[in-house]
Amino acid sequence: MEHARITHAEKNVNDPERWISVVFGSALAAYGLKMRSLPGIVLSAVGGSLVWRGATGHCPVYESLGISSAEDAGRNVSVPYGHGVRVEKAVTINATPERIYSFWRNFENLPKFMHNLESVEVKDGGRSHWVARGPAGTKVDWEAEIINEIPNELIGWRSIEGSRIDNAGSVHFTAVPGGRGTEVKVVLRYDPPAGVVGAAISKILGEDPAANVQEDLRRLKMLIETGELATIDGQSSGRKS
Amino acid sequence: MKAVCWWGKGEVRVVEVPDPKIINPHDAIVRISLTAICGSDLHLYDGYVPTMMRGDVLGHEFMGEVVELGSEVKNIRLGDRVIVPFPIACGRCWFCQNQMTSCCDNTNPNAWMIEALTGYSGAGIYGYSHMYGGYAGGQAQYVRVPFADVNPLKIPVGVPDEKVLFLTDIFPTGYQAAEQCDIQPGDVVAVWGCGPVGLFAIASAWMLGAERVIAIDRFPERLRLAQSIKKTEILNYSEEEVFDELKDLTGGRGPDHCIDAVGMEAHGTHIDAVLDRVKQAMKLQFDRASVLRQAIHSCRKGGTVSIPGVYAGFIDKFPFGTAFGKGLTLKMGQTNVHKYAPQLLERIERGEIDPSFIITHRTTLDDAPEMYRTFRDKQEDCIKVVMRPQ
Repeated sequence: MEHARITHAEKNVNDPERWISVVFGSALAAYGLKMRSLPGIVLSAVGGSLVWRGATGHCPVYESLGISSAEDAGRNVSVPYGHGVRVEKAVTINATPERIYSFWRNFENLPKFMHNLESVEVKDGGRSHWVARGPAGTKVDWEAEIINEIPNELIGWRSIEGSRIDNAGSVHFTAVPGGRGTEVKVVLRYDPPAGVVGAAISKILGEDPAANVQEDLRRLKMLIETGELATIDGQSSGRKS
Repeated sequence: MKAVCWWGKGEVRVVEVPDPKIINPHDAIVRISLTAICGSDLHLYDGYVPTMMRGDVLGHEFMGEVVELGSEVKNIRLGDRVIVPFPIACGRCWFCQNQMTSCCDNTNPNAWMIEALTGYSGAGIYGYSHMYGGYAGGQAQYVRVPFADVNPLKIPVGVPDEKVLFLTDIFPTGYQAAEQCDIQPGDVVAVWGCGPVGLFAIASAWMLGAERVIAIDRFPERLRLAQSIKKTEILNYSEEEVFDELKDLTGGRGPDHCIDAVGMEAHGTHIDAVLDRVKQAMKLQFDRASVLRQAIHSCRKGGTVSIPGVYAGFIDKFPFGTAFGKGLTLKMGQTNVHKYAPQLLERIERGEIDPSFIITHRTTLDDAPEMYRTFRDKQEDCIKVVMRPQ
């Protein structure tokens, strides 16, 4: 299930940025088509949308990322000009919302199950410093801040002004009836800025972002439910003899 | 240690490989005392299961002694004698906690491979391809057992290995097939396939109160073994018209429950990557789906068709209208071994059944390459091979 898509709103993109969108979008679309695969199709769709965005000058305004509507401002988790890729994935975990919320709320736990994330350092004032792995040993880092939080229900964050990669996300914890545990829904939005095209884009968009998030959530579930990650790394086989 | 490794289509080798070690805190290492070749291992041997890699250690029916424990395993001890169920359960997910351990959410590190085909992934399985997790199997001297706090079942002193080994897979598999028929007094149960799973389905149907059990196969030695269980009636499908014969044998009603212990003997996987292999498997499926069609056709109105035989891909010309028209109940799935093994162990201890009756070949690991061939070709009336690794 792919949930990557581009949304559009009123005209609010400046000319240099529109020009970059067209150039980068075209390249992305061409590359995606060349891949001849599902991720390739997604990629080319993203590229095509960027071209459209550049051509029209339309771009999303603050937009609700999760469960809430515009009227319910208290539960909004917003992305500033989130003209990027939106990914939404959910998993059901056999634990209480409180337990999963507490684990997630300590952002330094996130690299334990988010495989592209190298570290998160929690700072004062709801801020944190994130370091992600890019391709070929490169690293991308940014500062994030919590912009919305309801204990045991949701956490919303976004990169702060001037970050090298604009992104925002929210995670929602909802208890399910009948002893089925907690639904954990993650919504992420990446905004591909021109500045890090060489590094971050190919990492975040070049792979299938929805599949990445799904695998991250699978690892979260394993960690919370069992305390370990299922693996066969390091086991015996006839290949090494 | 010595291990039986898959080496490509039609080839297994006994290879010296590194001893397994504890990787996760809930792991244990078991020194294997007895292991078996399962009929489903033959699908690997014949190259029908994709995502096998040269050098993979085979085997998912094994037992032995606990010789090493991870830091988080508190409820079994070094020296315990255990059988290990073939699906790996985590014991903590919703499925495990509701006795559906074969549907475990957390033990397949390659879950995405199966999800690409079926939408969802179940439990990891020992020695059964990388789409089932890629776990090294138990046709070896030692094996790593994940979640050793919930998977191994301790065997009391004095019960011989041969009596309990099949609690790992085929006995619970046959039992689950019979149990999900919900057998009532007077019921007639027909079982297609008298291999190990079919034989245990027959034995279990009797245990669960069947009035009559009819066994269907074409190999005389298998029919003879089926006939040796209580008063099982036999039907050789190469000599008789199964549907007509079953109808005649049941006063025109048809069997109340039909068990397909044959299956498609084919597995699919990631469609894009292995299309050729899936096609190859499909060819086999067309062939073998005839058992399932016949079971649906033969079953009485409102009866149960229970399917322990393995299916994986798509079925051509499935008689769904017949199943609907007669209001049949279809039950199927991988075996929730953890649910059944303890109660079946009690039956063995009480002397109600000795599962070793199916064993035809007793040998050592070194003979594995020859035994795979013998078993596949059904030479020497081979029904079940067990091997001592030490």
